[in-house]
Amino acid sequence: GAELGARTAGDRSPECWGLNCISFPCPFFAVYQVFESVAKKYDVMNDSMTLGIHRVWKDILMHKMNPCPGTLLLDVAGGTGDIAFRFINYVRSVRQRQLQRKLKQHQNLSWQEIFESYQKDKFNSLGDSQVVVCDINREMLKVGKQKAQHLGYSEGLSWVLGNAEELPFDDDKFDVYTIAFGIRNVTRIDLALQEAYRVLKPGGRFLCLEFSHVSNPLLSRLYDLYSFQVIPVLGEVIAGDWRSYQYLVESIRQFPPQEELKAMIEDAGFFKVNYDNLNFGIVAIHSGFKL
Amino acid sequence: MGGWHQLYPGHIPTSPLQKALLAAGSAVMALCDPYRHDMVAVLGETTGCLALPNLRDKMKNHPEGYRILQERPRIRLSTLDMARLQGLPDGSLGREYVRFLEDNKVSPDTRMPPKFVDDEELAYVIQRYREVHDLMHTLLGMPTNMLGEVVVKWFEAIQTGLPMCVLGAAFGPVRLSTRKLQVLATELVPWAIRSGLNSSCVLNIYYEQRWEQPVESLREELGIFPPPAVPV
Repeated sequence: GAELGARTAGDRSPECWGLNCISFPCPFFAVYQVFESVAKKYDVMNDSMTLGIHRVWKDILMHKMNPCPGTLLLDVAGGTGDIAFRFINYVRSVRQRQLQRKLKQHQNLSWQEIFESYQKDKFNSLGDSQVVVCDINREMLKVGKQKAQHLGYSEGLSWVLGNAEELPFDDDKFDVYTIAFGIRNVTRIDLALQEAYRVLKPGGRFLCLEFSHVSNPLLSRLYDLYSFQVIPVLGEVIAGDWRSYQYLVESIRQFPPQEELKAMIEDAGFFKVNYDNLNFGIVAIHSGFKL
Repeated sequence: MGGWHQLYPGHIPTSPLQKALLAAGSAVMALCDPYRHDMVAVLGETTGCLALPNLRDKMKNHPEGYRILQERPRIRLSTLDMARLQGLPDGSLGREYVRFLEDNKVSPDTRMPPKFVDDEELAYVIQRYREVHDLMHTLLGMPTNMLGEVVVKWFEAIQTGLPMCVLGAAFGPVRLSTRKLQVLATELVPWAIRSGLNSSCVLNIYYEQRWEQPVESLREELGIFPPPAVPV
């Protein structure tokens, strides 16, 4: 789409929200209210809007991360826990394979010894991996906690109320920082990136999964048509909330495209920054390292 | 992508494609989840493009209706003098209306404001139709159970021609028991149709100025036949 030329990196002042934005005048409060009202229907809406494909995108993010047991992950704007639960599943299965390999090596152990080692490791099914889910919105965290309880996730999971622009964590703490479909809603992206850099350990990885820009002109038109014509309607019919989903679609268009976001990540101090387009750029995963 | 101008507070401009999708989506959702009253409202707004101008013209060509369009009265708890209405004699419109609200535990303030009507005057017309709905119940003597609502929908479908009323009248009975369906088909619907056809336009009555009028007299004036003596 047409770029808002006067916009500098990190500038999300009201003028930038475009003449067509009839949804809300004030960005920060708007975002908070939007997610307050969408929290309960968030997952249903995600499935409806993306026809379930958002699950695949999140799976791909996890595979790219390829965490090993013992990783400490911070998932920012993680609200309803999608990334956190995938992380736990992933490290659990990696851990399982680790244990199986270990057992295979000890072919000459007695049953007693095998049993004991299995017991010992059973209480460490995550291998000391941990994920902290941080979100600015209480309602989203509430839904996330309920989901965790419902699905049986308890170990290695914690929930923290916090602002991506001012994280309540010490420096150099986390191995991986993820923000999935969250950075788009941050008023000062540059501050969020700086915070990400701060809380990551040296050698830590920054991963961002976010809607991006489709360069193919035909696809771009179809995508725009679907976004503007269908998505607010889905919002009204499923969630009784046209405005929030109109906001969603507009915020996607306002968000920096792939190269620009890459530059912003580099500005925050990250190295080896690259991105992968998913579905022709509808979504992109940006990655960077703190060295 | 539709006009970008908000014509009234709460107005959401929509393109023809969006209206079509909304109409289809809200129809399905209203059938699947009967508690989604907002979907019934959306359906009414997105399909009313022929019926609403008709209604507005009927109002414009009638002296009382014309006054309503000019003065734009709203029926809300804040504008109604409930104490005064309760003090009116039994059988008067005001007394019976308040009795209806109390018996059925409803309030006039739960009516949805219009969102998808792209004309400010037509938005008022549909708002008026919604706010007058409880008075329809009072005039027809129908409670707010499923059977009562269906009967009122039949009457409204004839009176207004709104597709949403027609759909409600046609699909509403699906959830009724056989006994109730029988009463509906043999007594209530024929009466509702006869009354709907015989009655002059119910939106042309300035109800707020007729609280003292006896319900029976208002029925006669409009042309609504006395309700059949069956339990609803």
